[in-house]
Amino acid sequence: MPSSLETRKRVEAGLARRHRRERLFKFSGMLATTVGVVFLGVFFFDLFAKGSSAFVQTHLRLEVEFSADVIAPGGELDIAYADFDGLVRSALRAEFPEVTGRGDRRELYRIVSSSAGYQMQDMIELDPELLGTRQSIWFPAASTVDMYIKGNIDATLDESLRPISDQQIAWVESLRESGFLETHFNRALFSNGDSRDPELAGIKGALMGSFYMLIVTVVLAFPIGVAAAIYLEEFAPRNRWSDLIEVNINNLAAVPSIVFGLLGLAVFINWVGIPRSAPLVGGLVLSLLTLPVIIIASRAAIKAVPPSIREAALGLGASRMQVVFHHVMPLALPGMLTGTIIGMSRALGESAPLLMIGMVAFIVDVPGGFSDPATALPVQIYLWADSPERAFAERTSAAIIVLLGFLLLMNLAAVIIRKRMEKKW
Amino acid sequence: MTNPRTVLVLLACAVLASGFATDAEAQANRDYIYIVGSSTVYPFSTVVAERFGRGTEFKTPKVESTGSGGGLKLFCDGVGVDHPDITNASRAIKSSEVERCAGNGVTEIVEVKIGYDGIVIANAISAIEMELTRKDIFLALAKEVPGGADGELIENPYNTWKDVNPELPDVRIEMLGPPPTSGTRDAFVELAMEGGCKAIPWISALKKSDSSAYKSICHTIREDGAFVEAGENDNLIVQKLEANPNAFGIFGFSFLDQNSEKVKGAMVDGHKPTFDAIADGDYPVSRSLFFYAKKAHVDVIPGLREFLREFTSERAWGDEGYLAERGLIPMPAEERGAVSASVRNLEPLTMASQ
Repeated sequence: MPSSLETRKRVEAGLARRHRRERLFKFSGMLATTVGVVFLGVFFFDLFAKGSSAFVQTHLRLEVEFSADVIAPGGELDIAYADFDGLVRSALRAEFPEVTGRGDRRELYRIVSSSAGYQMQDMIELDPELLGTRQSIWFPAASTVDMYIKGNIDATLDESLRPISDQQIAWVESLRESGFLETHFNRALFSNGDSRDPELAGIKGALMGSFYMLIVTVVLAFPIGVAAAIYLEEFAPRNRWSDLIEVNINNLAAVPSIVFGLLGLAVFINWVGIPRSAPLVGGLVLSLLTLPVIIIASRAAIKAVPPSIREAALGLGASRMQVVFHHVMPLALPGMLTGTIIGMSRALGESAPLLMIGMVAFIVDVPGGFSDPATALPVQIYLWADSPERAFAERTSAAIIVLLGFLLLMNLAAVIIRKRMEKKW
Repeated sequence: MTNPRTVLVLLACAVLASGFATDAEAQANRDYIYIVGSSTVYPFSTVVAERFGRGTEFKTPKVESTGSGGGLKLFCDGVGVDHPDITNASRAIKSSEVERCAGNGVTEIVEVKIGYDGIVIANAISAIEMELTRKDIFLALAKEVPGGADGELIENPYNTWKDVNPELPDVRIEMLGPPPTSGTRDAFVELAMEGGCKAIPWISALKKSDSSAYKSICHTIREDGAFVEAGENDNLIVQKLEANPNAFGIFGFSFLDQNSEKVKGAMVDGHKPTFDAIADGDYPVSRSLFFYAKKAHVDVIPGLREFLREFTSERAWGDEGYLAERGLIPMPAEERGAVSASVRNLEPLTMASQ
């Protein structure tokens, strides 16, 4: 058969070219994947290289005396007005008796964190028995010392160009040799609120702020989103109105988040009168933001439930509501939960809408409720990134690592729920 | 049967109800000081707030960074616990803002000048030393510069610093600076650009005859790529300067102070931007920093009077106080004494004193 022979010939002629094209396409696909992975790798490497050192903090051990003359001058404890800083200073002077000049001593006092006095104050408040005793206490070092120990300050530079002086370096080195200087786990990072002293700054306030906001968000957005999805899927008549609503919900998911912040400012703060910076407002704004995500995911989950289940239930005499709540919803719930968690993790990472409602603020006290002033984790990152003190750079990266950790956990939870509970038909 | 739906709905209601209930309470008697305003004053205000919170029985004040203009807007919205007690500003309050305040019932405002801040033009530490005049800065950065004849303006033709002034190096003009929303930008334009602009006699004469033309010549920055708006994050500008030794950046003195091994400040009109030169008023590109407090809130908001005392105490704003360590440039001792006395008596601002 001449014609089939001819076809074969033509195929053979073009075969090399087709194979080449396929290889090229495969190669470009691989290239794209590699580029993506490399970018991600560089990002993570940079983040961990910069941020991992923030999880430890340099501490100095000083022999301090809880002097009764200073703390209880008249025989009675006078904690609020006692000069604890003075006690820390005399401990430093005892450690380095050769330092005498007034200026030199000021230099010396700067190697320990300004929080040392408050730490002593807290200790004696907890345990008044300490009065009159000498204690060996680990105090956080000042952030310049911390940066020097971590190698973030180049000691070979001219003295005038670096924040730590030659003298201070000598003192720190002598403490290190005698074992009075160590790096410990940076507990302050997880137990303190914000601070302008890097060695005291922590993310607990921001974490609690984010936590309260997400509570408000989930409590509002989940039931409303699921109810809207059920109504639209199961009960709403198909007409122009429901089409319009559907289009609008899909559009709402694409609205830039800052717009929700403006809405929150206009409605919740200026009209309803909820105080600025409260997690309640943040949660309300974020629930508006996540609602469309939850509605869309929930509708997809309801759609995936086979119609045969509804028909069987109806056939056995169940009402529409019984069909929905006894049969459709339990089967769609894993999908709804997955959508909710994805929406929540988006809400956790949001900072733009919070700008508008006053959550970008310096707040030291850890919030204890829904109406206390608070910030959120991404906002804390933004504030630290903008701080002039050098030691905040590594703390910024550390806060990003913590935020990424939470996002990863939430997404993992979503994946596990989907894998474990989702039914295939 | 316990219905999960009912539980959820009840929970939502409970949270909302408790939220609103505590709100009403918090609104009725706010027990913390609420501060808004300039991002330049923010680093100083927060340090005082934190020390105040740790050292006294009062709660730590909340400090929001909204910019000088935004802060004054919130501040002037009214009297009462919903409105801020203090606003920080990197410029003096305008008479239009005082009027707006008065219109909303904020009649007695206490002005507190806290010190000075220098605006520096910096480049990488490894790069060349620059000796600029304000006229050089104006000619290098203005959108339109004087042409040959008096009164003639041409599109800025200068590409390198050498074009501007033959004594400067042959390096392309590349300046990273803050966006127009920033108080630093306002102050830079007013002090550096206008300062250089005034050095040209016919433009200076224009100030009286046609002040709006004068302003538009002196305050308009070129948009052809030589001036790059680098956002409000000054740390980012420092990083970019390190990477590019030919670029210059504009930011506040405190950033230069904290990053002295990475960047250095250019001389302006023969003065280096040092602590002493700014404090003495020799360095020309420096401005005063302020905050404004509502007299009506004193003794209503717990701790406000004590906070004013703390901010104006020697241990805070003195020559060796903790604010100086953060880069605030203190006022001379007599001026500090005068301001702190007027703060103690809560003397309200009068427009005549402006």
